[in-house]
Amino acid sequence: MSGAQVTEATLQELRDAAQMTIELAKRAGADDAEVLVRDGSELTAKVRLGEPELVQEAGSRGLGLRVLKGGRRAVTYTSDLRKEALEALCKESVALAELAEPDEYALPPDPALLATQIPELDLYDAAIADVDAAWALREAKNGEAAARRHDKRVSNSEGATWSRVLGATAFATSGGFIGAYRGSYASLVVEPLCDDDTDPQNPKKRNGYWWTASRFLDNLEPAEAVGIEAARRTVATLGSRKVETQECAIVFDPEVARSIVGTVFSVANGSAFWRKSSYLVGKEGETIASPLVTIIDDPLIARAPGSRPFDGDGLATRKNSVIDKGVLGPVLCDVYSGRKLGRGSTGSAGRGIGGNPGPTTSNLIMEAGNVSREELMKQTPRGLYVTQLMGFGFNPVTGDFSRGAQGFWIEGGELTFPVSEVTIAANFDQILKRIDLVASDLVLRSSTAAPTFRVSHMTVAGTSR
Amino acid sequence: MTTLPATLRAPFSSAGAAAIDAQLANRLLGLALEAGGDYADLYFEFRVSADYVLEEEQVKTLGRGITLGLGVRVTKGDATGYAYTEDLAWDKMAHAARTAGQIAAGGGHAPVGIGDIASVATPSFYAVTAPSLVVPAVDKLALLRAADKSARAFDSRIVKVQASFAESIKEVLLFTSDGRMATDIQPLMRFGVSAVAEDKGKRQSGSGGGGGRYGMEYFALAERDAAAHGKEAARVAIAMLDAVDAPAGEMAVVLGPGDSGILLHEAVGHGLEADFNRKETSNYTGQVGKQVASPLCTVVDDGTISGSRGAINVDDEGFAGQRNVLIENGVLVGYMHDRLSAKHFKLDPTGNGRRESFRSVPLPRMTNTSLLAGPHSHDEIIKSVKRGVYAKRFSGGQVNISNGDFVFSLSESYLIEDGKLTAPLKGVNLIGNGPDVLRRVDMLGNDYQLSDGIWTCGKDGQSVPVNVGTPTVRIASITVGGTQA
Repeated sequence: MSGAQVTEATLQELRDAAQMTIELAKRAGADDAEVLVRDGSELTAKVRLGEPELVQEAGSRGLGLRVLKGGRRAVTYTSDLRKEALEALCKESVALAELAEPDEYALPPDPALLATQIPELDLYDAAIADVDAAWALREAKNGEAAARRHDKRVSNSEGATWSRVLGATAFATSGGFIGAYRGSYASLVVEPLCDDDTDPQNPKKRNGYWWTASRFLDNLEPAEAVGIEAARRTVATLGSRKVETQECAIVFDPEVARSIVGTVFSVANGSAFWRKSSYLVGKEGETIASPLVTIIDDPLIARAPGSRPFDGDGLATRKNSVIDKGVLGPVLCDVYSGRKLGRGSTGSAGRGIGGNPGPTTSNLIMEAGNVSREELMKQTPRGLYVTQLMGFGFNPVTGDFSRGAQGFWIEGGELTFPVSEVTIAANFDQILKRIDLVASDLVLRSSTAAPTFRVSHMTVAGTSR
Repeated sequence: MTTLPATLRAPFSSAGAAAIDAQLANRLLGLALEAGGDYADLYFEFRVSADYVLEEEQVKTLGRGITLGLGVRVTKGDATGYAYTEDLAWDKMAHAARTAGQIAAGGGHAPVGIGDIASVATPSFYAVTAPSLVVPAVDKLALLRAADKSARAFDSRIVKVQASFAESIKEVLLFTSDGRMATDIQPLMRFGVSAVAEDKGKRQSGSGGGGGRYGMEYFALAERDAAAHGKEAARVAIAMLDAVDAPAGEMAVVLGPGDSGILLHEAVGHGLEADFNRKETSNYTGQVGKQVASPLCTVVDDGTISGSRGAINVDDEGFAGQRNVLIENGVLVGYMHDRLSAKHFKLDPTGNGRRESFRSVPLPRMTNTSLLAGPHSHDEIIKSVKRGVYAKRFSGGQVNISNGDFVFSLSESYLIEDGKLTAPLKGVNLIGNGPDVLRRVDMLGNDYQLSDGIWTCGKDGQSVPVNVGTPTVRIASITVGGTQA
C-alpha cells in the first residue's frame, strides 16, 4: 500500500500541530510548553505452518503535551488532534499543573542549548513503505518453510512474522526548538519448534528463534537464511539438561551480551543517579569494569536502528562514552537529571507521548575486542556458553544479579551438550570486572549491541552435587 | 457504579455525541465480511487515565490521557485480519473494516448473513462506590503524602520514597457478526510506594502497593490504607539491609501466601492458555485428563472475583467472565479459551479472550488465577524444613511456554534453618520446570490469600491486568539461583 509513505507534507502537518498546541498552551496560561506529535503505521504479517495466521495493518496518531507553570508540571496526551480538542487539552493541562508542587529543577532548557541544525541521518527507506501484505506474507512463508525444510526434527512452528513500522516524529518547545524526522524499520522473525523425547518420562517441546531487522529493506538478511539459522539454533537445544551447581567461566553470546550492556545503562544514567537507585552512584571516573570494556552511546550513526537527530529536550545529540577501558564516564543525562546532579545534559533525553523526558540510549555499543570468537572459545577449557537469559533478577541499588539461563556446556574449548533450567549469579560489579576476553565479532544488529565476551567466573545454580 | 459525568463516558455510548447503534455496527460488519470472511467483530474503546507521582516529598507530576478507537477483526478459518482507527468518522471506520476483511480476499466465499444483534447481560464484579477519577485530585495527592510520611516515620534510615497513584476507566462496546453486543465500564486503580534505605554505606530498596477494580473505598480497610503501603515499603527496605548472599542449588522452598501465585501464573497458567495447545506448542498439549500436578493442587482461573484486578464482567470477545477449574486434585481439567481455540476444540468459550486495547487482537489470557487452600498450617510447613528458602515477596517472573521452564524473582526472602526463618537473603531467582515443580508440591497451607492487585501480565507484546492467589506452598525441591555454591 503506497499510501503508507511518510511524506514531507506529513512532517509539516505534525510540525504545525506541535506549534499550534504550544500557542494554545501559552494562551491557556502555561509559562512553557513542549509538544511531541507522532504519526505511525504498522504492518504485521504472520504465517504458521505455511498458512496466513494474522495480517494487521493500521495507522495511528498521538500528541503528548507537557506544560510548565512556575516550576509545576503536568503531562497529558490525546489522539484527537482537532483544534477544539487541543484547546481543551491545554486548559486541562494547565489546571493539572497548578495542583503540582513547584520543582526548581523543572525548567525548560536554556534556549541557547537548543539544536538549530537537524542532521540528516538517512533513517527512512521508501522501499519498506512500499511493501504490501501479500509480499510480507510471502517472506514470512519462505522463512518458515526454510526452517522446516532444513531439519526433519523441526516438527512444529510458532510461526514466522514479517513486520514493519513507519513513523514521523515532530517535537517543538516554547523555547524555540522545532524539529521533525521520519523513520522506517522492518523485521522478520522465525520461531521453529521441536519435540524433545530425550527423557521419555518427561517429553518436552523446545523452541528457538532467529531474526533479522533493519531500517532498510535491502539490509535484511534473506528469509531463507533466517529460517535455516532459526532451525539450527532450535535443534541444537534438543536434550537440554541441568548441570551441577558450581562456579565456572561464562561466555555470553552476542544475543545476550547486549542485554548485559543494557543493564549497564540502567545503572549508569542520570535518573538512577539522582534517585540513588544505582550501585554506581559516586563512581564516575573510577574503574568499574575490566579494562577490556568500552561502551559508547552514539545517536549519529547513519541508517542505524537507534539513531536520532535531536533528543527529547530539543538538544543536539552527540556521541558519549559510557565506559572507557573500564572507567565509568559521566553518566547519560537529560536536562532535568543533569540539573539535579549540578551539570549539563549529555543530549540523551528520550521522551514518549504522555511522559516526562528521561535519559535513554540511542545506539549503545560495547566495542569489539581483539580476539576472534574461535580463539576466545579455544581459551575456555570449561564453562557455560549462554544463549538466552530469562527473568528480571537484577537489583540496581545493590547490583545483585541472578537470572535464568540457557545455552551449552563448554568442555575443552568446544560446545558439548545443551543446558537449560539453571541460573547464573554474581554481583554486577564483579561481573563487569571479571570480563577477561572480548571477541571481535561485533555486529550492529539492534540498537544495543555487543560482541561475544567471557566472564572469568560466576555461580551456576543447577542440580545438587 | 455510580453515574459517571459525561466527560468520563465514551462518545460512542448510547448517550454520547457519536453514539454507535446496532444498525451502524451491522453496516460496518457487512463491509468487514464483504471479501468473504467467516466472522467479524468491532471493538470500540474509550479510556481515560490519570496518574500522580510524589518524589522527594513533592508531588512532581500529574498526568492525564484519553484514548479512543475502534479495532476491527475478521477471521477466515484460523487466519485473522485486523485493523484499527482512532478516528470514528464513517469513512475511517469503513476503511478499517475493509482492510481487516482483506484477510479473506480470494476466498470466494459468500458473505455470511449478519443476524440480529442482542445485548449480552452481565453482572457486575466491580464493586465501585466512589470512582476515583470523579474525586478531586487533591484527595489523591493527600494519599501520596500520607504514604510518604508513613514510610519516613518507620525508620530514620529511609532516605528516598516514591509514591504513585494510577487510575483509569475503560469503556468498551463490542459487536459481533454472530449477533452479540456487549458493553462494559471497567475501573482500575493502583497505588504503589517504593523506598530506599541506607545504612553504613549499604543501600536496599523495598516496595508496597495494591489496588484493583475499586474506587476510593479501596483505602477504607486499615491494612490497605496509604500509610500501610508506605510502611510496608519501608519495612522491606530496612529488613533487606541485613541481607546475606543467597544459597545456590536445589533445596526445599516455601512460598508465602498471596503474591506467590505469580509462580503458579508462570509455572502452569500460561501453558494452559489454549492458543498454545491449539497449536500444540505447549508442554500441556494433549494432557487433559492426566495427572499433571501433585494431588494437593487445584488451580482455578476466576474472572468473577469482585474488585480483584483481573476481574471482568465480559471478556473482549463478548463472553461473560467466569470461574474455570483448570486443574483438579492434580488432574488437568481444561484450558482457558478464546473464540478461535474454543471453536478448534469444539468447546464453549471460557471468558478468557482479552486484549490490551483496540489496537490488539484478543488472545486467551488469565484473569485471577489461584491455587486453592490445602490441609496444612503455615507454621507446620515452615517447621518441616531443615534447610531451605522462604519466599515472601516477588518482583516478577517469566516462562518459556514450550519447555515449561520458568523463573521468578524474589524481592524479600529468608533462609529457613531447622524449621525457623533466619537471615534475609539478597535478591535471588528461582528456576524450575512448571510440570516438575507442581508435582513436587508436598505441603499446602490452609491460609489462602488473594494478592493485593499489582500484577500486569505480558504476552505477545500485550499487557493486561491480572491477579493471583495461593496459600503457603512447600515445594520439596527447586533450584535457588544464589551465589553461595
